[in-house]
Amino acid sequence: MSKKPAATAPRHPAKAATGILGFDALSHGGLTAHRTTLLLGGPGTGKTIFALQTLVNAARERDEGGIFVAFEEPVVQIMDDAAGFAWRLPTLAKKQLFFFEARLSPADVQSGEFDLSGMLAMLEAKRIAMQARWIVFDGIDVLLNLLQNPAAEMREMYRIRAWLADNGLNAVLTAKSVDGLAADVNQGFLQFMTDCVIQLSRRLEHGVSLHRLQIKKYRGSDFMAGEYPIAFGPDGMEVAAPEPTEIHHPASTERVSAGFERLDAQLGGGLFRGSSTLVTGVPGTCKTTLAGKFAEAACLRGERTLFVSFDEGAEPILRNLSSVGIDLRRHVASGLLRIYSGRTESIGAEDLMLKIKALVHEHQPRCMVIDPLSALAKAGALNAARAVANRLIYLIKGEGITVMITALNEGDDPRAETTELQISTVADTWIHLSYLIHGGERNRALTIIKSRGTWHSNQVRELILSDAGPTLADVYTAGGEVLMGTLRWEKEDQEKTNTAQRGAEYELERSELRVATARTRDRIAALQQELVRQDADLASISSANDARLVASDGHEAELRRIRSADRPAPSARGATSKPATKRPPGNGVRTPSSKAK
Amino acid sequence: MSKVTRKSGPDSAATKTSIPLVMCLYVAGQAPNSQLAITNLAAICSEFLHGRFTLEIVDVLETPLRALADGIVVTPSLTKNEPAPTARIVGNLSDKKSVLHALGIA
Repeated sequence: MSKKPAATAPRHPAKAATGILGFDALSHGGLTAHRTTLLLGGPGTGKTIFALQTLVNAARERDEGGIFVAFEEPVVQIMDDAAGFAWRLPTLAKKQLFFFEARLSPADVQSGEFDLSGMLAMLEAKRIAMQARWIVFDGIDVLLNLLQNPAAEMREMYRIRAWLADNGLNAVLTAKSVDGLAADVNQGFLQFMTDCVIQLSRRLEHGVSLHRLQIKKYRGSDFMAGEYPIAFGPDGMEVAAPEPTEIHHPASTERVSAGFERLDAQLGGGLFRGSSTLVTGVPGTCKTTLAGKFAEAACLRGERTLFVSFDEGAEPILRNLSSVGIDLRRHVASGLLRIYSGRTESIGAEDLMLKIKALVHEHQPRCMVIDPLSALAKAGALNAARAVANRLIYLIKGEGITVMITALNEGDDPRAETTELQISTVADTWIHLSYLIHGGERNRALTIIKSRGTWHSNQVRELILSDAGPTLADVYTAGGEVLMGTLRWEKEDQEKTNTAQRGAEYELERSELRVATARTRDRIAALQQELVRQDADLASISSANDARLVASDGHEAELRRIRSADRPAPSARGATSKPATKRPPGNGVRTPSSKAK
Repeated sequence: MSKVTRKSGPDSAATKTSIPLVMCLYVAGQAPNSQLAITNLAAICSEFLHGRFTLEIVDVLETPLRALADGIVVTPSLTKNEPAPTARIVGNLSDKKSVLHALGIA
């Protein structure tokens, strides 16, 4: 039964953590406890730092004592060099760490062979006295070279090996080597006598020196065998071990402002808390302004914000942003906003990454700006910069920080960005700024290329700067072309004119119509009057006719009397009105018969 | 602690200086190089110093912390403490010429 687990699960030897960020992950726990590790590397590759940092970490974190045997550099110099790190070495050297100056001075005369039996006896006494758990032999090759005799070298190495085995210390030996090739037979032996071999290297790429670390051998343990970049920060060395392959950042549904209202509207309500936004664009497209607005909005919400600039110093940034109505100065004064300006020409991307990391831990921001991240590409080889950019974004997202990253791209095509740092795939939101040249003008256009998990506008907007800050304006599309700037203004103006004209035309038409109706109404009134008059005429004509008929009746009777006509009978007299009644009624037209008479 | 002190009285014309040499030899027990150093130094002393010297032999295996305090790195090591200038000679002292030169004898 006891055999089974041993067969299925490979057993790792007990490990002693180095506390070097990234390395313990690479080596699955650190160095083999009570065994010896060999650090190989050329001058200035960080061997001493690795070894010393391991001792410092063990002392500080686990109160384990350590002995540092310096064969190559004077102890004073080592202490001086380490003063640049936040290790507080002099304090540790009082109790937990012991530095043994094992250099032969140039004044020493060598006469015949010597050996290390005395030294090892001294170190053992010290180990017991201070209960040390760690020992470093720094620059053991220097000592071996002094022996001037391959046989003696071999003998002393055996002696050291036996001593280490007896004392059960976690041991680190460092030795110079060139490109990982064992410089001589004895280094081959050094590799053989140690359980773990780590190669440190440094090479120049594009004028930037890149440090790397590779585990070459690890007895009884699996490890990540690749070559990993290393960087030096305030806490010492850090190995860029690959991130865990599984990504689990918390996904927030809380929205934060991207800077100003119109942009938030474009993004369907703002950015998600803890998301990353990439702003790309050619020089002068207001990337920094957009980032500054984002930072200001964060500060106005009372959130701690970190502004990392690789372009300019803090003062020019503050001045330039204040000219477009973004006042960051008071937030800097209140401590809410921290601006860090760094140069990238000669610093490795890894070191920048460490610096940013340190700033993040120091300032604890909720929102952050990196302007521009593409500066990383300047800092060393592109591959390294790419890896750093990705890790940086993951680091920031891991901290739950909402970040806006700007990146410069050379062409106007946003896809050109993909050839640079390839960060667009990692970013949640991608805003692209470009120039549209039309009608003799250069105008800024803002497009949201992507925004994960949220509705966003697919329309191009014109980005307008004023002393009240940036805002967006709708753009006109005319004949498939986007109109901006003066053209947009002209178009707007024309629209305004058209509207006014249409208003005037309407007014004119309306009044004309009003006049026409009035005229018609007048005509109707006139006609009615005419009608009344004609009616009246008609009435008067009818009554005149009646009177005439009455009169003609009397005239006939007179005539009759004059002409001695037969006197009509009185009855006929009574019938005088009869002819009148026989007339066609109402037309007043005299009958021909009566006329003829 | 093994402390061997050898002293000799009569003056000698072979010594360049009238001040007797004060030396200390650090050895590691019975280690071959250490034993060889004792033999070589004894020969030099009897040949050139004629007793006008003080020699202390310190066994580092027995008093390691003392050797540590004295700044010893490897064994065997011989230190010339007086007269000035002081000197340190490492190795089994088989190169007589360089030893004499370092001690200011020849």
